[in-house]
Amino acid sequence: MQYKANKIPRVMTYLVLCFWALTTIYPFIWVLLNSFRKKGLILSDSFSIPIGDAFTWDNYRTAWQRADFKNAYLNSFLISGTVTVFVVVIAGLAAYGLVRYRFRGRSFLYSLIMAGMMFPVFSTIIPVFRLEVMLGIAGTGNRWLSLLAVILPQIAGNLCFAIIILMGFIQSVPIDLEESAYLDGCNVFQIYFYIIIPAAKSSFATVAIFAFLWSYNDLFTQSFFLRYPQERAITGLLNEISSQAGVNYGLMASSVVLVLIPVLIVYICLQKHIIKGLTAGAIKG
Amino acid sequence: MNSMIYKNKKPLLVFLIPAFAFLIVFLYYPFFQNVANTFLKIGGLGRAAEGLNTPWYENYRRLFTDPYMHTALKNTLLLTLCTIVFQVGIALILALLVDTIRVGAQFFRTVYFFPIVISATALGLMFNLIFLYKGGMVNQLLLSLGKLPYDVKPSGKVLVQWLDWKDQAHFLFTMFMPVMWQYVGFYFVILVTGLNNISPDLFEAAALDGADGWKRTRYITLPLLRNVLCTCLVLSITGALKVFDLPWVMFGAGMPENQGWLTGTYMYDQTFNRMNVDYGSTIAVLIVVLGVVLSNVANRVFKPSEDL
Repeated sequence: MQYKANKIPRVMTYLVLCFWALTTIYPFIWVLLNSFRKKGLILSDSFSIPIGDAFTWDNYRTAWQRADFKNAYLNSFLISGTVTVFVVVIAGLAAYGLVRYRFRGRSFLYSLIMAGMMFPVFSTIIPVFRLEVMLGIAGTGNRWLSLLAVILPQIAGNLCFAIIILMGFIQSVPIDLEESAYLDGCNVFQIYFYIIIPAAKSSFATVAIFAFLWSYNDLFTQSFFLRYPQERAITGLLNEISSQAGVNYGLMASSVVLVLIPVLIVYICLQKHIIKGLTAGAIKG
Repeated sequence: MNSMIYKNKKPLLVFLIPAFAFLIVFLYYPFFQNVANTFLKIGGLGRAAEGLNTPWYENYRRLFTDPYMHTALKNTLLLTLCTIVFQVGIALILALLVDTIRVGAQFFRTVYFFPIVISATALGLMFNLIFLYKGGMVNQLLLSLGKLPYDVKPSGKVLVQWLDWKDQAHFLFTMFMPVMWQYVGFYFVILVTGLNNISPDLFEAAALDGADGWKRTRYITLPLLRNVLCTCLVLSITGALKVFDLPWVMFGAGMPENQGWLTGTYMYDQTFNRMNVDYGSTIAVLIVVLGVVLSNVANRVFKPSEDL
């Protein structure tokens, strides 16, 4: 490894790396600090740490009172949780089938999936909306049906990415394991559950995390199907607050923080899986 | 890999049908329906088509003559170019640097990747606060550095000439910067993994032949990284064409003065605010076509070589 070292002085290397790290961390810290700052002070003195007179909980109190965060969190977790479970189960099965079986049309199906990654959600949302109205799912005013209306296209939207990532991993599972299990009398489904899933566990975790985060963060689909206040999920709520807050910048800062908290928790607990799993799949695909 | 386990093809149906059923109903069928919609006349989201457009290619004619569409296309192509140069470029530099250090590499990965998991809505609001006209973070910083002119009135009031980051002269920077900043970490992580896959033996051999640090980077690392770079390129092109929520939260409908359209935001505005559903579908088709064409061009130019 020592041969890899370039002649650029080590100090310079760390300086550049730390600079970029600062640009990614500092804005979030800045928002966090200002969410605890008294209203008027944000515009004049936003860099200091709010202690003493400058400190206040008011921004959070206002945010919690003005907007129904509890309900929005519940909606968001229902949507994203369901999407995650379905994406992992369905994509896992498909990836396994596509990797291990040799059949006619296999490469065609594979290119269909690659093409599916290219479709922007704009290009499918209108027909999906009409289809769901026809099926009586969207636009009914029923909260649970509206949540379902978001869940269905989000599952489809995450599937292609999930299948490609999982295929990369299942390919690297040594087939000898499966053969010996087969000789022991396992059928393919048992092989899938007892050999493949445990062996590719970390990639399943990656896919689950990404499906959850993308679903949680997706404003476009939400703003389409969730029209009534009791249906609103967390990103939609944030968008609404931002249009109502006007010049109440403290409220904006505290709402951003409230939306970030679940993501931050997921990220810090699971960051090992996020980065490792993603890259292995991306390189192979 | 023709193991006898997989000779019996019947279970394959169980494996494939759920996924492809979902994809066909909620992805492929809508996509082709959307293409068909571009030739129809549709007056509202929930409404049925009123028949063919007259002439049937009307939307495509409009696509080529609409001045706002030209603006949107110009901005989007510029954004694509910027993402290729700066996003992938910065990510490459950071990845090459991280590859030379051992202490803290994991920390930098974690930190650089973080913005990607944050919703663009939250980021948009955050950047709105940062680039705020009166007393935003950047302007406060400039003021304290003495870069903004100000007068002190006799009454003691300070009048500052704030810099408007969203005016005609600055909006491109303000719009592009957050988009590019968010995804640098994504390409960084992909490139770092690619670098880790390069065998250290090669560097050893090169060092014995007397190649110094820069030459090793130029003649070993970069050529071996070509396939990975090509993946990054395609991902960044299709990503840039799809950009929507960050500019939408920060700029809304085409601010400033219809100069700030992107294909994504223009399509959204046409479909949902102006109810030109068929025209919106046409713009969506253009986005897909551009994505296919541009990523093919990128693949041709940086053709992943088979012999590596």
